[in-house]
Amino acid sequence: MKLRVDYRASLRLVGTVLKYLAVPLSFPLVVSLYYGESVMPFVVTMGLTVLVGSGLEQLSESSDIGAREGFLMVAATWFAVTVVGAIPFLIEANGIPFVTSAIHPESTLANPVNALFESMSGFTTTGATVLGDISFDSHTRGIMMWRQLTQWLGGMGIVVLAVAILPELSVGGAQLMDAEAPGPGIEKLTPRIAETARALWGAYLGLTVLEIVLLYGLNVTGFAPNMDVYNAIAHGLTTMPTGGFSPEARSIEAFSAAAQWVIIPFMVAAGTNFALFWHVLTGEPKKLVRDTEFKFYLGVIGVISAILAAVLFLGDGLVSVAPSGGTYDQLYLEGVRNAIIGGPESSLRQSVFQVVSIVTTTGYASMDFNAWSAPTQYGLLFAMFIGGSAGSTGGAIKIVRWYVILKSLRRELFTTAHPEAIRPVRLAGRAVDERAIRGIYAFTLLYLVLFFVSTGLVHLDAARIGLQVSVLESMSAVAATLGNVGPGFGVVGPMGSYLDFSNSSKLYMVLLMWVGRLEILPVLVLFTPEYWRR
Amino acid sequence: MGYDRGWSLVRVIIIGAGQVGSSIAADLDHTHEVVVIDCDSERVDELNYSLDVLAINGDGTSVETLEEAGIDSADMVIASTDNDETNIVACATAKAISEAFTIARVKNTEYLRTWQRSEKAFGVDFMVCTNLLAAESIVRVVGLPAARDVDPFAGGQVQMAEFEIDDDSPVANQTVREADRFDSLTFAAILRNGEVTIPRGDTVISPGDRVVVIGSPKSVQQFAATIAPEESPGTAEEVVVVGGSEIGYHVARLLEERGFKPRLVEHDADRARELAELLPGTIVMESDATDVDFLEREHVGDADLVVAALDSDEKNLLVTLLAGRLGVERTVAVIDTTPYVELFEAVGVDIGVSPREVVAEEITRFTREGGAENVALIETDKAEVLEIEVDPDSILAGTPIRESIAALPEGVVIGAITRRREFITPRGDTVIEPGDHVVVFVDSTVIGDVSPKL
Repeated sequence: MKLRVDYRASLRLVGTVLKYLAVPLSFPLVVSLYYGESVMPFVVTMGLTVLVGSGLEQLSESSDIGAREGFLMVAATWFAVTVVGAIPFLIEANGIPFVTSAIHPESTLANPVNALFESMSGFTTTGATVLGDISFDSHTRGIMMWRQLTQWLGGMGIVVLAVAILPELSVGGAQLMDAEAPGPGIEKLTPRIAETARALWGAYLGLTVLEIVLLYGLNVTGFAPNMDVYNAIAHGLTTMPTGGFSPEARSIEAFSAAAQWVIIPFMVAAGTNFALFWHVLTGEPKKLVRDTEFKFYLGVIGVISAILAAVLFLGDGLVSVAPSGGTYDQLYLEGVRNAIIGGPESSLRQSVFQVVSIVTTTGYASMDFNAWSAPTQYGLLFAMFIGGSAGSTGGAIKIVRWYVILKSLRRELFTTAHPEAIRPVRLAGRAVDERAIRGIYAFTLLYLVLFFVSTGLVHLDAARIGLQVSVLESMSAVAATLGNVGPGFGVVGPMGSYLDFSNSSKLYMVLLMWVGRLEILPVLVLFTPEYWRR
Repeated sequence: MGYDRGWSLVRVIIIGAGQVGSSIAADLDHTHEVVVIDCDSERVDELNYSLDVLAINGDGTSVETLEEAGIDSADMVIASTDNDETNIVACATAKAISEAFTIARVKNTEYLRTWQRSEKAFGVDFMVCTNLLAAESIVRVVGLPAARDVDPFAGGQVQMAEFEIDDDSPVANQTVREADRFDSLTFAAILRNGEVTIPRGDTVISPGDRVVVIGSPKSVQQFAATIAPEESPGTAEEVVVVGGSEIGYHVARLLEERGFKPRLVEHDADRARELAELLPGTIVMESDATDVDFLEREHVGDADLVVAALDSDEKNLLVTLLAGRLGVERTVAVIDTTPYVELFEAVGVDIGVSPREVVAEEITRFTREGGAENVALIETDKAEVLEIEVDPDSILAGTPIRESIAALPEGVVIGAITRRREFITPRGDTVIEPGDHVVVFVDSTVIGDVSPKL
């Protein structure tokens, strides 16, 4: 069989990206130096990634790639980067024979599957964790910062970053970005794609810095005593990419209400199309407020938050008895019940924070929402499928797809009564191409099929190893990994972890996070024979 | 522009002897020196015999041909081929080598929009968009039940409307004095069996008459409601446009702009889709408009107005007759072949609109004597409604209307006056001042006599 895909050219570009990965690795290295920790995990990884990257670069002379090579390059880049990203975790936990000894041998990331899971969860901005103990007792500050940084790199997209920086990607850049960017299609902001990529990363970087400054400002002014420089940077790095990792075991619950209120608008911004921020910065702020998707996005968040806030305020949104062996105890439950039931600020904050976090697929939590009653949890499960806007850093199905689906369903109702009527589906006044609508239906259906099949597989595998999980927990675990949300319910709740699942389930979830981040089709197409042949 | 410049007639060069070109030539050949340029030699020969014009075979965009046509002494160049770009280039060429006033006919409204943005664009002094003009004349009758023709004057402050009086209309068999209950409305004329009558207070309006009224848009609207009280007023009027031609498209688009929610029926799937994308406020349906099942299912019979804008006169006739039988209140047919208009109206089409006639009417504005600002033709040629800015030499200036009318022949009615954009109802003792805009109804038989005096 003769392959019709120039995989060497694709891998050559993957090599270039890997080589440059040494640059961001220097950031946790500096952190470790500052705190007087071992820098071996990062030094070794930097050496490896440059070595492997340079090796791959020798595969091909040409970096000219077509559409097919583009899919392979994007999918392979994400996988390769994830593997490299897992190496510091492995070195910290296992050491390297004859070179360096283990720093924290008790780390759950000693298991290569766990390390890969944590790395994939990081780069895909999922935020699902398999850390047994989230604290500086079990991990160095450098490693914890690396975990945060993987999310920041993955948020706006490694390939988008590569297109912004590497001149050799300028020709096929639009196609590469399209394969990587969330949502159907990309918006070219400038005639040159590298400029567009730089504009998007510029807006992303700017918002990240702004959030870090504001969070640290709260600390300085005394509103958030434990939001030190380390925490401000760590959370700045995982809000804008809708990541969700936190070096705090209790996630954002560890911080004051003021800090939680500050984080909410940044999560909302992270789920917004970044092209809109570019328009705002270039003097067209009207484009933001007039954008159909943005208005629909705020509307959806507003409606779900209002309903859940009301339910929480009235007391129906919380369970009354803590289950034995749960992630929270009766004492914790009494505390949150006292604060939320009848507490307007508290119920509103808890509702808005959780809804924004789940809809944008960030995955932070300002409380253990395992203590929410079944109907309110169901509201969050529903929200896991909504996702952020196209061109944002959010995951899942994306708000614009739902909008188009709802509009085309309304059209179906109309044409049932008037079969001859021709009604284009309009998005912001412009008719959406019927092919694009078909693509949106296909993606959404594929997403849902993958969700239901995967839930079955994960639930079956849990039963195989005797892990007690409810169907809702399995569903939430799959929805949270496929949609790059992070936390689910029960064992995989916001204060829990995915540690208890079997290695095979975890590997399967690594796959789910990977295809979920790249929106399924660019990865799935690699597994069809038609892709490789004529 | 005048009919004559002392010893010679106004010289008009018409480029393109298609339907519109030859019809303009025919309109002008008695009063103007007309030269027609066309690239089809057979048509050129034909024109030389059929009309009193000089027809030249050649390319209207070439300087050589234009010079042969006498561009140096031409006062006006009308480019009226079937190709927009040719018309524009011909005007630009004429402008480059002469002082002639250039008129271009276009189909594409994009060019019109460009020209409207900068009136010096393309070297075109006046641009006429056939399809848009036809659509505008159709849309004007919408919202005015029973209206057959409506024309705006004085920047929209005055309207001339022609209404048909049915048997069951409340004003049938009333005298004009009884029917005219509106201050700012003037009964200009009654058309009965093709004859123009200037009504007096005691003239009785019979069923089947057509009355021409001139007044403020509001009074015309109220009058429309009086003569046909059972029809839906205003934007509640249900309009179905049949045929997605350019005219059909513009009708739907203009109705959307006015707040209507029209329906448009188009047979071709691709065109229907295209129209649906262009017209967010219109329900576009893909179907054959002669399919009776479809018409019944969609309750087209309940519509107040059906506009047939298909690509052939015969189909338009069929559709309008079918719609009339299903119970549609009023039907409009677009008729390309101008002589058919009367025939179609005789068989049952309520309003026949000929795009060529509409364009000719528009171009006539520029060939008129006496600086008429605006002209409307009644029943093609029975009478004219003119808008005039009164200058101090006019017979109207400084005298009460009663006296100036007495000095003019029978067949002249002062319909409305606007002074500094304010509407004034003309009465016998109203004194017209220089600078006023006067909308006046003139019977064609006296037009030659009256025009120079106004």
